[in-house]
Amino acid sequence: MTLRSYVTSRVLLMIPMVMLLLTLVFVILRIIPGDPALLHFEKGVDPVVLAEFRTRLGLDKPILEQYFDYLWGIFHGDFGISMQDYQPISTHLFGRFPATLELSIYSILFAVLLGLALGVKASKNYDTTTDHSIRLFSIVTYAIPVFFLGMVLQFIFSIWLGWLPTGRRFPGRYTPPPTITGLYTIDSILAGDLFSLVTSVTYLILPTITLGTILCGIFIRFTRTNMLETLRMDFVIAAQARGLSNGTVTYRYALRNAFLPILTMIGIQFAALLAGAILTETTFSWPGLGTYLVARISRRDYTAIQGTVVFFGVLVSMLTLFVDILYAYLDPRIRL
Amino acid sequence: MTNALRIQDLTVEYKTRRGVARAVDRIRLSLEENRTLGLAGESGCGKSTLGRAIMRLVPYPGQIADGNIYINIDEDIPCKEGDIPKGEVDITELNEEQMRVLRGKEIAYIFQDPMTSLNPMLTIGSHFVQMIRAHDPEIEKEEALDRGKEVLEGLGILPERVTDYPHQFSGGMRQRVMIGLGLVLRPRLLISDEPTTSLDVIVEAQILEQMAELKKKFNLTMILITHNLGVLAQTADDIAIMYCGRLVELASVENVFEAPQHPYAQALLLSVPDVTKPDKKLVWIPGAPPDLVDPIPGCMFNPRCPMAMDICKTQVPPLIESETGGLVACHLYGGK
Repeated sequence: MTLRSYVTSRVLLMIPMVMLLLTLVFVILRIIPGDPALLHFEKGVDPVVLAEFRTRLGLDKPILEQYFDYLWGIFHGDFGISMQDYQPISTHLFGRFPATLELSIYSILFAVLLGLALGVKASKNYDTTTDHSIRLFSIVTYAIPVFFLGMVLQFIFSIWLGWLPTGRRFPGRYTPPPTITGLYTIDSILAGDLFSLVTSVTYLILPTITLGTILCGIFIRFTRTNMLETLRMDFVIAAQARGLSNGTVTYRYALRNAFLPILTMIGIQFAALLAGAILTETTFSWPGLGTYLVARISRRDYTAIQGTVVFFGVLVSMLTLFVDILYAYLDPRIRL
Repeated sequence: MTNALRIQDLTVEYKTRRGVARAVDRIRLSLEENRTLGLAGESGCGKSTLGRAIMRLVPYPGQIADGNIYINIDEDIPCKEGDIPKGEVDITELNEEQMRVLRGKEIAYIFQDPMTSLNPMLTIGSHFVQMIRAHDPEIEKEEALDRGKEVLEGLGILPERVTDYPHQFSGGMRQRVMIGLGLVLRPRLLISDEPTTSLDVIVEAQILEQMAELKKKFNLTMILITHNLGVLAQTADDIAIMYCGRLVELASVENVFEAPQHPYAQALLLSVPDVTKPDKKLVWIPGAPPDLVDPIPGCMFNPRCPMAMDICKTQVPPLIESETGGLVACHLYGGK
């Protein structure tokens, strides 16, 4: 199978997967008890207002028609309108998505780099104090609740030392860099605006460290286990026996082979991270999708919840697809 | 004749949870240049550990506990962390970098399983390039690749296949690649650890024949580790038989096959099936080797030995010269 036919088949497989996901979200939101329209208003609401509300949201149509309208809309990037402010949900999603994406990218980078470095170090020093300390650290990191670590860091670096801001993405009194990608760091570089770059970085540091630390534990453990397994493999010992340097053996032989399962883990974690940034975003008042979803849930904005969940779902499946393709590209055996 | 290799009282121990297992117990042997020593014994007798100890690559948690390993070097070898002078060098005294320089250049090692001894992520050519450049970074990539092609051609592999990955090669071809990698830097000592065990008999015969030719061509001194006595009969000059980490007999091939001295060697030869005598009943050695973590006093073979005497249960027999001119460690011959 060539790389191209592999990619084609993976893309084709994604279609039924996404369809299933969309249908599932639609069905679940229709079968949970309670009429969203009734929940939206106080008791004893005027039936005329209620009917008008239903018409506006398309809730008066037959269920199948609603379903096809919903699918049709999504294929055109239309996630419906909010029950709250009647604004298109896609405006909110696309407006807030870059904030979540930016935080997620830096957090995963932090977690992966720290995880790989510590994981490799632990495996090379197997069963020594270094190894045990690193393992302990990794367990501690994923036992700490995100918001707790976030608040401790806020307390130390923002309140006590006063070095970094406690939250938000950019100070209110300045205008963020002109939107090109929506990622403030990239946009400020593109605009050549050093001030904005430094400012956006200072705002990113704490949430990135918080989220990155929580995530790095799993990468440390995963890297360590995979490295320990690979370091014992014949081809690693054979490479040592040929006089290859320690660095080449560790990185080009062992880590390169141990990296494939780690890559899958990065994909899964990154997807989970996009959705799971909710707590971090709330702790740091980060204006991303997480805070948006929390706000909409607390107001029972069903259409907005549906839109956000679908958006996340499609995003996660695209990410999985991307990781699979990358995997095939990196491992010569899959390209057979 | 000078000794290519001289091992003195070498002891290798594995520190396990249950206690210390002595896998190689005060082994003393020397190997003249251009000769082939066959190292035989049943699984777990320490023959592979001895081979790995000569590379100073004993697998974790094993370590060289005592003894010296001298190899003969015919020219000064430059090294970043202390040049290695020519003559007899004790490799147990060398630092890691000095050892790395010797691996592959002076001593080569061929592993048992060619299917797992090559890095699945690298092309065959890269294996050669990385090895050659690890020992001489000034050699250009293209030149290193050309040398790899030349070696492969000599082993009957088409040179254009250097761009292929290991999974595109058969077992016999991979073992030829391993041999090529072992010999590309013209080492003086080649240790092959069961090089043909995982191959079928026809390929085994081809590989052994090829190794014999190469040995002559490159003036190699060889250690061939195997449990297959038939292989040794064709290829070795001398045979060393190990039992429970100790050397029990060392003699020329003819003497070992015609007049084995040690009762273990005798029993081992009787257990080899003979196709010319189909009626011959297969003999096996009753019992199993003792636990190395909890060794028995005296000769390790005494519980299974048909000729065991009282002294065998208390005193370790010393290695003495036998009537046939070899060495044997058995109380039967102590009285002369």
